[in-house]
Amino acid sequence: MPELAYLAPSSPEEAARALASAGSRPLSGGTDLLVQLRAGRVKPDVIVDLKKIAGAVGVREENGGFVIGAATSGAVLGEHAGLVRAWPGIVEGANLIGSTQVQGRASLGGNLCNGSPAADGVPALIAARATCVIVGPNGRREVPVESIVTGPGKTSLVQGEFVLEFRLPARPARASDAYLRLIPRTEMDIAVAGVGVNLVLDAGGVVTHAHVAIGAVAPTALLVASAGAALVGGKLDDARLAAMEAAVRAACKPISDKRGTAEYRTKIAGVLSRRAALIAYDRAGA
Amino acid sequence: MSETLDKPAAQATLNVVGTRPIRPDGADKVTGRATYGADYNMPGQLVGRILRSPHAHARIVSIDASRARALPGVKAVVTSADFPDLASEMHDGGEAASNLRDLSLNVMARGKVLYDGHAVAAVAAVSAAVAEEALSRIKVIYETLPHVIDVEPAMSPDAPVLHDYMFTEGLETPPTVASNIAKRHKNVRGDVDAAFAAADVIVEDRYTTQAVHQGYIEPQACVAAWAEDGRCEVWSSSQGQFMVRTYCAKILGLEISDIRVTPAEIGGGFGGKTTVYLEPIALALSRASGHPVKMVMTREDVFRATGPTSGAVMHVKLGALSDGTITAATVELKFQAGAFPGSPVGAACMTALACYDIANFTIVGWDVVTNTPKTAAYRAPGAPIAAFAVESAVDDLARKLGMDPIALREKNAVRDGTKASYGPTFQNIGYVETLAAIRDSDHYKSPLKPNQGRGVAVGFWFNIGGESTAAIHISEDGSAAVVTGNPDIGGSRASMAMMAAETLGVPVERVRPMIGDTASIGYSMLTGGSRTTFATGMAVVQAAEKVILDLRQRAAKLWEVSLDHVVWRMGQAECIDPAKPEKKPMTLAALAAQSGRTGGPISAQVTLNAQGAGPGFGVHLCDLEVDPETGHTSIVRYTAAQDVGRAIHPSYVEGQIQGGVAQGVGWALNEAYIFDRDGRMENAGFLDYRMPVASDLPMLDTIMIEVPNPRHPFGAKGVGEVPIVPPLAAVANAMRGAIGVRMSSLPLSPPAVLAALDGKGG
Repeated sequence: MPELAYLAPSSPEEAARALASAGSRPLSGGTDLLVQLRAGRVKPDVIVDLKKIAGAVGVREENGGFVIGAATSGAVLGEHAGLVRAWPGIVEGANLIGSTQVQGRASLGGNLCNGSPAADGVPALIAARATCVIVGPNGRREVPVESIVTGPGKTSLVQGEFVLEFRLPARPARASDAYLRLIPRTEMDIAVAGVGVNLVLDAGGVVTHAHVAIGAVAPTALLVASAGAALVGGKLDDARLAAMEAAVRAACKPISDKRGTAEYRTKIAGVLSRRAALIAYDRAGA
Repeated sequence: MSETLDKPAAQATLNVVGTRPIRPDGADKVTGRATYGADYNMPGQLVGRILRSPHAHARIVSIDASRARALPGVKAVVTSADFPDLASEMHDGGEAASNLRDLSLNVMARGKVLYDGHAVAAVAAVSAAVAEEALSRIKVIYETLPHVIDVEPAMSPDAPVLHDYMFTEGLETPPTVASNIAKRHKNVRGDVDAAFAAADVIVEDRYTTQAVHQGYIEPQACVAAWAEDGRCEVWSSSQGQFMVRTYCAKILGLEISDIRVTPAEIGGGFGGKTTVYLEPIALALSRASGHPVKMVMTREDVFRATGPTSGAVMHVKLGALSDGTITAATVELKFQAGAFPGSPVGAACMTALACYDIANFTIVGWDVVTNTPKTAAYRAPGAPIAAFAVESAVDDLARKLGMDPIALREKNAVRDGTKASYGPTFQNIGYVETLAAIRDSDHYKSPLKPNQGRGVAVGFWFNIGGESTAAIHISEDGSAAVVTGNPDIGGSRASMAMMAAETLGVPVERVRPMIGDTASIGYSMLTGGSRTTFATGMAVVQAAEKVILDLRQRAAKLWEVSLDHVVWRMGQAECIDPAKPEKKPMTLAALAAQSGRTGGPISAQVTLNAQGAGPGFGVHLCDLEVDPETGHTSIVRYTAAQDVGRAIHPSYVEGQIQGGVAQGVGWALNEAYIFDRDGRMENAGFLDYRMPVASDLPMLDTIMIEVPNPRHPFGAKGVGEVPIVPPLAAVANAMRGAIGVRMSSLPLSPPAVLAALDGKGG
């Protein structure tokens, strides 16, 4: 019978080498992987723990922006005052994953690379225009977050590659973000729809930059450029919000399943986008 | 000389009953020391695993396990060929009868698989990995058959028939064609047609509910060891070690005397552990392998192969006079039984109108087999489903009459002396007191906010007594061990210890409550029907009274006085012989210390078949708030009042009430079995089978009404099942208030609520 090996490399290069074998799986918090292992859905022969790699865990400031280690737990993100101040939407998305206990482990890197269309950590990262630093057999590359997941459970990472960290751009004075999701319960559930909104305002409260990303309503989380564009150039009046909602609904390509009908998901995505935009606008100091 | 027993209930004050001591099993549970089913291990034990059907309905053409047997580390493979082919035989297990053939066929499929998850074969191997690999090497050839999941399609004449030998019972004309309808129940009073014709107001609707699972935290688990001399032992988590022993003996064709079953700590049952799934298979694997075999279900196994309770389609019609007197009712209940007969539709028929004094009614129930897991008991089996329909209709009736919903229920309430809809005459019930408690509560008078609604619903459960054994052993230091045969699923150890302590007059900390195995304590019916505190508690009190009589006799001997001159008060014998004023009281400890000189160890056992369980009534009040843009529902306030007879340990009574409400709210809002087109369960896990989490509920307020049951030494009535009966309708009625639309199909999930809101305008 096959044995399961556990490796905990200390450098990114070592991790990339360990992940080069086809039977390997990277481990961050493990809140998805261990469940899949137990259910027999994945049967790796090597588990490569990324948490011992320098830089994979923790939050640091660089060039006015933040760098989030991909294996950093939700609990650590939630306690980082500077990150919470600059990117409350990213942190609230990360903190919605699972329960208090799960928050001690669950990470944004794992949440992204698990490839779930409903990952709560992802839409706000996309709306933030965050990038991923990927380490692999051919060195490093940096790509937008939305380029990682290509379909349910599928990523653009090649064998040996893993996400080391997320990079967030520097934050202007009046800017903020928000993430909202709908679940039938209050926690321990999977989003029926989720929306991240990231806004930058000028001194007069006019939206100068806006990005809207949606989750659980398409095979992958999506950046809805038309929805962001609908908000730019004025304050958040009813007409702009209605245009954004319409753009969000037009971008939804959901399935009907045990978690909700396509019609319901589409309707809810619009509602959540308006509410998230209003929260982000308020947080930005409008 | 008198041998009458002192009656502690006659004492003016109680020192222990009604207080809130720390539960005797509490420390072990919160520290992880308690030994649940999966915590038991034997030297040399193997891992048992089950191969389950991937089809909802199929004929088993062949099973070839040769490649599994050839795998190193595989010690046994069993199929239905390893179990006797039983004849149809009903066995009265206490709360409900079971057909032993069906039980056996459910444990291991023979000839046909009847639901996704039905056990087909099992292996025992040296490790979980080898066992899993062995399962993948068993080749089963199936011939798939058309399947049917929902109850009404299963009743259709062209439905695929699960059992070609099943003919509907309970019809005036016995049918000549087999069908999926196992039985019709019917209960009629008065002239319902005439009463409807004379009614001023009539309401009627069709209601549906989905199959839901008990959702106990601990999956089924056991260890079975078959010794060379043919004697076997089972350690398992269940609601009754004697039930496990009987069923294992019947299913395997063994002598009762050859099986000893030791109950593990139980992590929830709610009725779902009143039958066996793993134990007979583990025994068969142990017999075949010569090793102890341990089996533990996964959560997926639990959902696919155990529980649930029925999904149902119901029709209710009520007629009333303009003053609110309900004069006529028709109730039709169609229940999914799962793969074998035995849905709780009979109990549902009996409870449906039990809260109402109605002169004319017709109640019809249909027990229908479907290609879903065989239903198991779930907390007040059947009653919440029927109450959802009836209480929704009563709410609509109150609205149509322009009456307050509590006033309408008070006007039609059963009282002492009322002949219950199911037959007996009520005595010592506390229903109107419970209605009044909600009517007069601050909650009922408080205002609602926008998008909020308020619902009232009531519920009834019989509660039962039955056969129990209790033994009390006094140690030489005067402490007491109380042994019963009932697994503790709801705090019963605490109540046993408290009733013994109260009777003996000792501190509760001096009493250690234990649960014996089947060879160490006399027969006891399983823990179910809200019977343990009532029936087993009565046995404990009577055993304590026997101990006291023994102690008085010993004191009388030591003092050389007559027994009549020794009384037992506050834990000590007192001499009341006026001729011997010098005799100082002797404590239990003092008498125990010299028991060797007064006749040997002090111990007593009582067996009884307790009669006179008091029925329970609950009245629930629910406030909820709906997000009109998403259909998301939040329960914002909930108050449950219940007649509890006498709360032995009030905290655990409150806990029972709160737990029942939590389960009922989940049933109402989000829980449901979901099947795909092929009849496979799509949500066999807690992620997508949406039970409430703690943050989904506000603090659930409770009001305990104590109308004592005179048949119990302290007045106790069963309390564990009543509280799950009203919540489904209380939530649905609150939803009606919040959104202005009657939603008659559960669950009231956000998409369903939003669709109802969207449909309102059109």
